[in-house]
Amino acid sequence: MSNVPSPLPGIFYRRPSPEEDEYVQVGERVTKGQTLGLIEVMKNFTEFTAPEDGTIEEFLVENEEEVSVGQDIVRLG
Amino acid sequence: MSARSANRASQPQRVLVANRGEVALRIIRAAHALGWETVAIHSDADADSHWVAQADASVHVGPSPARKSYLDIAAVIDAAKNSQCGYVHPGYGFLAESPEFAERVAAAGLVFVGPSATVIESMGNKVRARQSAEHARVPVVPGTGSLDEPEAVQQAAAELAFPLMVKAAAGGGGKGIRVVTASEELSAAISAAQAEAQAAFGDGAVYLEQVISPARHIEVQILADTRGNVVHLFERDCSIQRRRQKLIEEAPATGLSDALRAQMTAAAVRLAADVGYQGAGTVEFLVQEDRFYFLEMNTRIQVEHPITEMVTGVDLVAEQLRIAAGAELSMSQDNIKLAGAAMEFRINAEDPEQDFFPSPGPITRFDLPEGAGIRVDSGFVAGGEIAPYYDSMLAKIIVHGRDRAQALARARQALSELAIEGIKTTQQLHLDLLRHPDVQAGHVATEWLEQYLRGSS
Repeated sequence: MSNVPSPLPGIFYRRPSPEEDEYVQVGERVTKGQTLGLIEVMKNFTEFTAPEDGTIEEFLVENEEEVSVGQDIVRLG
Repeated sequence: MSARSANRASQPQRVLVANRGEVALRIIRAAHALGWETVAIHSDADADSHWVAQADASVHVGPSPARKSYLDIAAVIDAAKNSQCGYVHPGYGFLAESPEFAERVAAAGLVFVGPSATVIESMGNKVRARQSAEHARVPVVPGTGSLDEPEAVQQAAAELAFPLMVKAAAGGGGKGIRVVTASEELSAAISAAQAEAQAAFGDGAVYLEQVISPARHIEVQILADTRGNVVHLFERDCSIQRRRQKLIEEAPATGLSDALRAQMTAAAVRLAADVGYQGAGTVEFLVQEDRFYFLEMNTRIQVEHPITEMVTGVDLVAEQLRIAAGAELSMSQDNIKLAGAAMEFRINAEDPEQDFFPSPGPITRFDLPEGAGIRVDSGFVAGGEIAPYYDSMLAKIIVHGRDRAQALARARQALSELAIEGIKTTQQLHLDLLRHPDVQAGHVATEWLEQYLRGSS
C-alpha cells in the first residue's frame, strides 16, 4: 500500500472536464502511468498518473481541492 | 452646472469591479479619480488581497476556483445589486466577453461597462466577426465561412493556398486551431478541430483561413461613446508573443508607414461605427509588408492598454466609465496626438527555464521600480500570495520615453530595479530580450519569440 503525493501545487480534479465522468473510481484496478486526475496550476493542466500498478483504495483529497507539493492525493493498494 | 449633474455630484456613482489582480486595482483607481465609489469582489483565496483593501467596499462571491466565484454570473450580479452598484466593470478575462453576462447585468437594471451583448456575441463568433469586418470594408484574411459539407470544404480549399488554418468559429485563446500544410491532411484536421471545438465551446463550427506568415500583430485602440462618436488612439505592436500570449507590447509600432497607419486606424473606426460599438475596444490586425488583415475584435479593455495611455495621455478606463454613464468622449480625434514611445513588459509567475511552468506561492519580496517615465500596474504586494487558481500575470512594467531609444533605456533600468522573491518570474527573460538586436531594432514578427526561445534553450 502506498500514498501517491502531488508533484505540484495546484487544484486537483478527478474529471477531465466538469461534464465528464471521473477518470477512476475507488476500488478500480489501475496500471502504471494511467491517468488518475488532473492538477491545475494557473490554467495549466498536468495529468496526475499512477506510479505503479494497483487498486485505488481511497482519494485523500476532494475533487477541486487545493493541493500542495508532497500532499498525498490517493492511496494505492 | 445642470440640475442633473448637481444631483449626480451629491450621489456618487458606484461601480462593481468584477475582476481581480492588477486590472481590478486599475479600475478602482480610475473610478476613484472620477469621484466614483468602488466595490470589489473576491473569492476565498483573495480575501486579504491588496486590491480588495483599496476599494470602498468588498463582497465575497464564492470559493477559490474561478468557476465558483469570478465566473459565477448570478453571484457577481447579486454582489452588485446588494451593494447598491449602478455599474459593473468586467475588466478583461473572466466574464468580460460573455454576452450572457452583459445581458443579465442589463436585465438586472445595471449598466454593463462595455458594448451591448449583441455586439459582444457577434465579435465572439469568428465567422460572424469576419462577416462584420467585410461589411465594414475591412480587409480579412483570405478564408471561408462556416464549413459543414465535405464538398464545400474541398471547393473552398481549392481557392486558397496552403498552408491553411482550421479554426473554431466559437474559438479563443488558440483553442481549436490546426495548421494544415497539404490537401490530403485537410479532412482529418477539420474533423479533429470540429471535435475539439465542440468539446471546448459547445459549438463544432469551423472555418478555414490562409496562414499569413511571417506577420506582425498590430492592433488599434478605439473608443466609442453612446452618442455616435468614435475615435482611434493609434496602434500597439504586440508581436512578441509565445503560444499566442503577448509578452511585450509597444506603441507606436516601429517602421509602420504613415499611409498604412492611416488605413488601419480608419478601418478600425469604420468597423466600430458599423457594428454600433460602445466603450473601449481593440481591433487586431495581422500586418505583412504593406498589407493588413482583420484578425479579431476584443470587446473589452486589454492588458496592454497602458502603453496607449502613455503615448496619448488618455485614461482609457476612466473613458470607459464615463461612456457607460452616458457622457460624451472627453476628446475628439483631432486632439489625440502621439507623444513619444511606450513599452509594456508582462511579469508573469512562470519559470522560463522550465518551459514557462507556472510558479505560484508566497511573494516574499516585491520591490517595484520607480523613476521618470516608469509606471507599474500590479495588484500585489510583498507578503501576498500568487494563488494557483488564476492567471499567472502579477505585474506590468510600463515605460515611456520621448522616443523609442529612451523607452528602451528606461525599460532596462526599470527591469533591473525590479526585485521579486519567493516565486519565479519572466523578469530575467525580459532583460535578456532587451539585449537582443532584433528587439532593439523593433518590428519583429509573431514567430520571433518562439524561434528565439528554441535557439536559446
